Amino acid sequence: MTGTILFQQLINGISLGSLYGLVAIGYTMVYGILRLINFAHGDLLMFAAYTAIYLIGIFTLPWQISFPLAMVITGLMGIVLDRCAYRPLRDAPRISLLISAIGASFLLENLAIVIIGGIPKGFPRPPMFDHVITILGVRVQVLTLYTPVITIVLLLGLLYIVYRTKVGKAMRAASKDFEATRLMGINLDRVIAITFFLGSFLAAAGGIMWAMKYPQVNPFMGVFPGLKAFIAAVLGGIGNIVGAVIGGFLLGLGEIMIVAFFPEVSQYKDAFAFVILILVLLFRPTGIMGEPMIDKT
Amino acid sequence: MLKVENLQVYYGGIHALKGIHISVEKGQIVTLIGANGAGKSTTLRAIVGLVRPRSGSVKFLGNETTRLSTHQIIKQGIGIAPEGRRVFPNLTVLENLELGAYNTGGKDLEVSLDWVYTLFPRLKERHKQLAGTLSGGEQQMLALGRALMSRPDLVLLDEPSLGLAPLIVEEVFNTIQTINRQGATILLVEQNAMAALHVANYAYVLETGSVTLEGPGQQLLQDERVRKAYLGED
Repeated sequence: MTGTILFQQLINGISLGSLYGLVAIGYTMVYGILRLINFAHGDLLMFAAYTAIYLIGIFTLPWQISFPLAMVITGLMGIVLDRCAYRPLRDAPRISLLISAIGASFLLENLAIVIIGGIPKGFPRPPMFDHVITILGVRVQVLTLYTPVITIVLLLGLLYIVYRTKVGKAMRAASKDFEATRLMGINLDRVIAITFFLGSFLAAAGGIMWAMKYPQVNPFMGVFPGLKAFIAAVLGGIGNIVGAVIGGFLLGLGEIMIVAFFPEVSQYKDAFAFVILILVLLFRPTGIMGEPMIDKT
Repeated sequence: MLKVENLQVYYGGIHALKGIHISVEKGQIVTLIGANGAGKSTTLRAIVGLVRPRSGSVKFLGNETTRLSTHQIIKQGIGIAPEGRRVFPNLTVLENLELGAYNTGGKDLEVSLDWVYTLFPRLKERHKQLAGTLSGGEQQMLALGRALMSRPDLVLLDEPSLGLAPLIVEEVFNTIQTINRQGATILLVEQNAMAALHVANYAYVLETGSVTLEGPGQQLLQDERVRKAYLGED
């Protein structure tokens, strides 16, 4: 293997990993507050991609407006999801919440089949992302370079909200103690809704970039990236935002490198992620940056 | 200021509060004493809407609050230091205090912060420290300070002396009297009947979900039954 190819794979790995990381943030934020693996989270990628397609196709909006708008709409969809599938179960056993999440995921996928149909749609990738540039002798599509940059910018914005604003403080409080949070006069349901909005907004960014990378949008397109992102969140330490992004980068790099170094096992690329999941759960369930999670009352 | 009438609370099949009447007047320290499980904490939880009473009413400043949600009740002007302190361990002392003033903004926040730091200089020294790293006594001070940050008309204190060394307990009760002199009305739930009765203007004794005795604090201190049951005298 030459240095050039290694460099090429490194860039690909970082790019893929940043997508996992972006989606993993949503898993980790919702888990941090509700102790819930929001299995419908991956389907928001699909929701965002279709929303962007229709905003461009039917409303003929330029992508500069369609993409951010699709992200906002997906964020609102996250709030709807919480309102319909999770909020009624706030005091129910956690297993009910998990079942509701799986149900919500199936519902979204099958609704998409009914309404849109199962035939994959092409994604209108804006030409500016098609450019190919050459760095150190490696030809790279600019989308591959934009992806990690956008991820880092969104991550910094999110960290600012969580650690520097009032509502972020309330989110961190709620992640430890619901009752005490309410006793501060804080509207807990609103804090949870904002959490869902932020997580879904970022998932939408991931979904749109995913659709640009693999421009075949179908109702199940969110399933695998969703699972991978979930694994990234566990790997990074579920509940920890920075951990989720680091987990995403590691998983993306790992997947790409496995294929690059051992092309004979490339068919098992997806299995790699699940092996990582099993190993983490066996040997370090708190992940890279996670702290032991105590069950909340 | 606070009027609780005929409050009935059930936990599943258990009749936890059997028609409680309590009244707190402005400027007073009122205490609820009684053994473990008598319903003291349940009464507080019902007042702030964490448990839903089956019947009865809670009025705060003349407004019915019985059916409001917790954050709405708190916003009317109540500050609470819950049982077990419940400080946010992953937040700094300062952040904990700021959350206590979640619904008050800007300039008022600085004023409240100054006030709380004057009452508890220790909190000022440790304002950057994570609350989870404080000692038990310091956490109790933080819980008290946090309850005061919104400058509430009524302060609810649930077992503030629980698990603290005698010296710290004394300090806590001194502070309760200080903030009362500065204008806060206080409803104090305590197992430490002796200390509570000493500072209270008025007291209620709870037994298995009912008020069995009430009267001015000093008077209950002299009461034969109270002395026997709660002050450990024969």
